[in-house]
Amino acid sequence: MEILLFGIAKDIVGKSKIQFAAGEGQPTSVKELRQTLESAYPDLGRLSSMAVAVNSEYVRDELILKPGDEIAIIPPVSGG
Amino acid sequence: MNPERYSRQTILKDFGPEAQQKLAKAKVLVVGAGGLGIPVMTYLNAMGVGTLGIVDLDRVALSNLHRQVLYAESDIGKSKVAVALSKLKAQNSNTDLRSHEMFLDRDNALETIRSYDLVVDASDNFPTRYLINDACVILSKPFIYGALHGFEGQVSVFNYKGGPSYRCLYPKMPKASEVPNCDQHGVLGILPGIVGNLQALEAIKVITGIGEVLSGTLLLFDGLVNGFQKIKFSSLPENMIIDRLQGNYELDCGLSFESVTPETFERLLASGPLQLIDVRNTDEFQSFHIANSINIPLSELARRKGEIDMTVPAYFLCQSGIRSQKAIFELEPFYSSARLVNVTGGINQLHQYAAKY
Repeated sequence: MEILLFGIAKDIVGKSKIQFAAGEGQPTSVKELRQTLESAYPDLGRLSSMAVAVNSEYVRDELILKPGDEIAIIPPVSGG
Repeated sequence: MNPERYSRQTILKDFGPEAQQKLAKAKVLVVGAGGLGIPVMTYLNAMGVGTLGIVDLDRVALSNLHRQVLYAESDIGKSKVAVALSKLKAQNSNTDLRSHEMFLDRDNALETIRSYDLVVDASDNFPTRYLINDACVILSKPFIYGALHGFEGQVSVFNYKGGPSYRCLYPKMPKASEVPNCDQHGVLGILPGIVGNLQALEAIKVITGIGEVLSGTLLLFDGLVNGFQKIKFSSLPENMIIDRLQGNYELDCGLSFESVTPETFERLLASGPLQLIDVRNTDEFQSFHIANSINIPLSELARRKGEIDMTVPAYFLCQSGIRSQKAIFELEPFYSSARLVNVTGGINQLHQYAAKY
């Protein structure tokens, strides 16, 4: 499972991609993914709107994740 | 008008004189005459959009020039809208150019947007972005969104023919402390040029009906790998029914604090010495600062807070007024009786000083 990070999420984590190895510890839903990321990177938990896309589609927290899913974390950006 | 002027696009089979006619009739409002706004207005003006309104109250500063390529060194200190209008007038004398020298706020947004068909959000802050969204939903106007972060950009078209809005993507406005802006985080000069041009292209498509509009699609651009990604999203009914603007679009800081307007602060500065804490980084401070101010970068505040005299008022200043708010929030729990005052809008809004930086 590959997670691409954009905007401030990339800055917080310090890289543009995270890999979750198959099996143990791999989040099974978007909600669980958020919790896993937030416990590893508490600053992510402070973002009030953080869009999550799975396979290029914006998704809600209930969505069940599958092993090959490509996930993107897309926080809002403000610059102009 | 000489038809030769637009011939290279009117000979395009899928564009033609009909699309050119639609451009000529279109009224577009560009909110922000900065990094994004410049490519948007330059191309819309060149391509023959009939009416172009520009909203901004900023003045040209030296640190704008690396990305705001319409402005010259000799424009520093001048009103962006005034400079932009005179250059656009020279570029295309047929356009009805309209100046709105103001910041968009809840009192002027509806009235201003009402007389345009399409809005381009080329602003640089969340309060303006949410205000544009809500006003456009109320008035049923589509708007072209573009935003930047470092080497990345986002583009989408919101509220287009029943399509989703900005709030369908990001329902709540982030708090002041969450996401930095270009002043704090930095932006590669060419990035707004790329993203603003993508916005201009979407504007042309919305007006003329050619191609597929980025409605319900968020385009993500990563300059470092020259990568584009499209994310699909749909509208949520609760975000599409807005009947009035919110009472307030200020960044929600979750805490209250004392603040001073830029005008009052300039008068205070002129009237005598005051304790002024500049929380920008050392390099920003070195390149320009207000005389007798003390530089304590936000990142060093916890360690160096003892250097501030809490028995007299302390004014906090940064580039745009966001980091100075954070500084106050950080100190408030320790010094509940101290007078910690935020200089609203930071150096950007201090006209006498802004141009020098």
